[in-house]
Amino acid sequence: MRHIISLLMENEAGALSRVAGLFSARGYNIESLTVAPTEDPTLSRMTIVTRGSDEVIEQINKQLNKLVDVVAVMDLSDGGHLERELMLVKVRAMGQNREELKRMTDIFRGRIIDVSAQTYTLELTGTGSKLDSFLQAIDHDLILETVRTGASGIGRGDRILKL
Amino acid sequence: MELTGAEITIRCLQEEGVEHVFGYPGGAVLFIYDELFKQDKVKHVLVRHEQAAVHAADGYSRSTDKVGVALVTSGPGVTNAVTGIATAYMDSIPMVVISGQVPTSYIGEDAFQEVDAVGVTRPCVKHNFLVKDAKDLAVTLKKAFYLAKSGRPGPVLVDIPKDVSNQKVAFSYPETISIRSYNPVTHGDAGQIKKAVQLLLEAKRPMVYGGGGVILSDAAKPLTELVRLLGFPCTNTLMGLGGYPANDKQFLGMLGMHGTLEANMAMQECDVLLAVGARFDDRVIGNVAHFNSVPRKIIHIDIDPASISKRVKVDVPIVGDVRQVLTDLLTVLHSSKQKPDAAVLATWWQQIEAWRSRKSLTYRNSDEVIKPQYVIEKLYAITRGEAFVTSDVGQHQMWAAQYYKFDQPRRWINSGGLGTMGFGLPAAMGVQLAHPDATVACVTGEGSIQMNIQELSTCKQYNVPVKVIALNNRYLGMVRQWQEFFHGNRYSHSYMDALPDFVKLAEAYGHVGMHVEKPSDVEGALREAFKLKDRLVFMDFQTDPTENVYPMVPGGRGLSEVILAEDL
Repeated sequence: MRHIISLLMENEAGALSRVAGLFSARGYNIESLTVAPTEDPTLSRMTIVTRGSDEVIEQINKQLNKLVDVVAVMDLSDGGHLERELMLVKVRAMGQNREELKRMTDIFRGRIIDVSAQTYTLELTGTGSKLDSFLQAIDHDLILETVRTGASGIGRGDRILKL
Repeated sequence: MELTGAEITIRCLQEEGVEHVFGYPGGAVLFIYDELFKQDKVKHVLVRHEQAAVHAADGYSRSTDKVGVALVTSGPGVTNAVTGIATAYMDSIPMVVISGQVPTSYIGEDAFQEVDAVGVTRPCVKHNFLVKDAKDLAVTLKKAFYLAKSGRPGPVLVDIPKDVSNQKVAFSYPETISIRSYNPVTHGDAGQIKKAVQLLLEAKRPMVYGGGGVILSDAAKPLTELVRLLGFPCTNTLMGLGGYPANDKQFLGMLGMHGTLEANMAMQECDVLLAVGARFDDRVIGNVAHFNSVPRKIIHIDIDPASISKRVKVDVPIVGDVRQVLTDLLTVLHSSKQKPDAAVLATWWQQIEAWRSRKSLTYRNSDEVIKPQYVIEKLYAITRGEAFVTSDVGQHQMWAAQYYKFDQPRRWINSGGLGTMGFGLPAAMGVQLAHPDATVACVTGEGSIQMNIQELSTCKQYNVPVKVIALNNRYLGMVRQWQEFFHGNRYSHSYMDALPDFVKLAEAYGHVGMHVEKPSDVEGALREAFKLKDRLVFMDFQTDPTENVYPMVPGGRGLSEVILAEDL
């Protein structure tokens, strides 16, 4: 099953490689991983999307907790949560495609953030599947480049991961 | 007061009460070695290879309850140390390894003797640090010692660039330390402990299984008290030997791949299993599905939550320090009016005695050729079971574990998890330095001993009078045994030709060498060797090259699918 795991860790050199190393050393799967400092500059927040049986996910949570740099771990999939991913797409936008791409971007509540004579650069946020849908909805041959951040997640309501 | 990083390093070791450091100097640690030279509180032991420094620190730690300390230089110093660090990591041995690093301004430039020490060791340390500023050094070393010995112990590496060891900063050693992200639990959950007691009291076929955690948390006493109070059978893993007295009638011997029939069968057939500081690894329970095919309730006490329900699903997990949890368990048990059902237990013991009566450790002794088991039995008798015994890895290790009856913890020193050949001799050095007056024997093979034989030189320099018991069968015996059983007797590269004359070799290093060929000479030779209290004696026993270790549960099979000597 797919799980989205959030963690707070010390914002120190090498902390990311400890997490990444744990996943590769123990053969756990990483679908995506995002990390950035929080409002507290000593902490980084990481979101990992992974897949595994209940036993494997339990081990992942325990092993993450065991890392000395990891301050707190929450399996967001255990309860209500939100996840968002940011995608930038550069498309070939000429002739009638220009209008069509603008319309599709509006439907998916995206924005055009850069325009050239031949191209648009689009910005979309949403769940991974929404972004997948957008890519399927437009003409595949028009896509020049896609950049995705991987999912960031947060608990709903009172589910808070904080020190 | 301003001190250099090197001075701070040595001061921290002194503050931590470190008496022995095992190491090897080199360019990146010259300032630290200079400070070592200027004081005499911390004694340095110069090994002949960095792997041995770490194994010696490891043996030192295993035989005491202290943190072992090793000091190595950058680059090859660290990479040589990695095997030792991984060995300590797999067996959860508290250790601090200090490594030199190239100056901070050179890091990343492929400088001479540069290696990413933190990167290389990351998968096999509990934690590691690169100290980029001498201001952080004292706190980092304090953290390193705290991490190494608290919670589930393990090795911690502190990498110190050369310029940091020469940088002057104000020094004060923190008295205490806390790490916000690291708070190991000590006390087990009271509700879980009650549940465990209830299960134990209602058990019909109970079994207690103690591992290395019993030794590491110094829990042999409460474990023994608990097992005796309940009247239950008890087994120890390879790492747990000595955690329960081997001569006690409730002890069923070691379990696992080369465990006794009674230990493995009781483990398989029990209805309530109390696992204490053990981790159900593949060499202990064999095939998980086969193990799970018998329904039983499992209580698991361990300091590391990640060890619980990792391979085998557990019914009553208790996270906490083994000694603390056992003590609390005993308190609840003492206050309970209920006692285990004696009649039901008697039936279970009858079954166990039937397995025990098969005498699975019996071997056929010989007048012609020395049987390795016989050497260990004689070693046990002559040292009255009181020696510290280190071992290398292979058949001799299993025979030592099977035939030397350890009644006390911290006497059996071996590389259980990683299975590191070359561990025995340097570990014995560490043990002997920690216990100068004790009898220390290193049981080894002609294969393993050659992986760190250069340490005979260190033993000479520091007058380390360990007794090396080499069971020389001219084969990499355990490899040969597997080839015989599972690879159609094709002994691919397991025969050791061109062996050195170990007697001459020992003598060349300034020690006493003995060559023993006849079974009738074994006892006399051992007596003679152990009389030479101040000398290292290398005993080369020419043993039966075809002898195998029994019982054996083949890899991937279940505990009851055992090969016994009598089957063949």
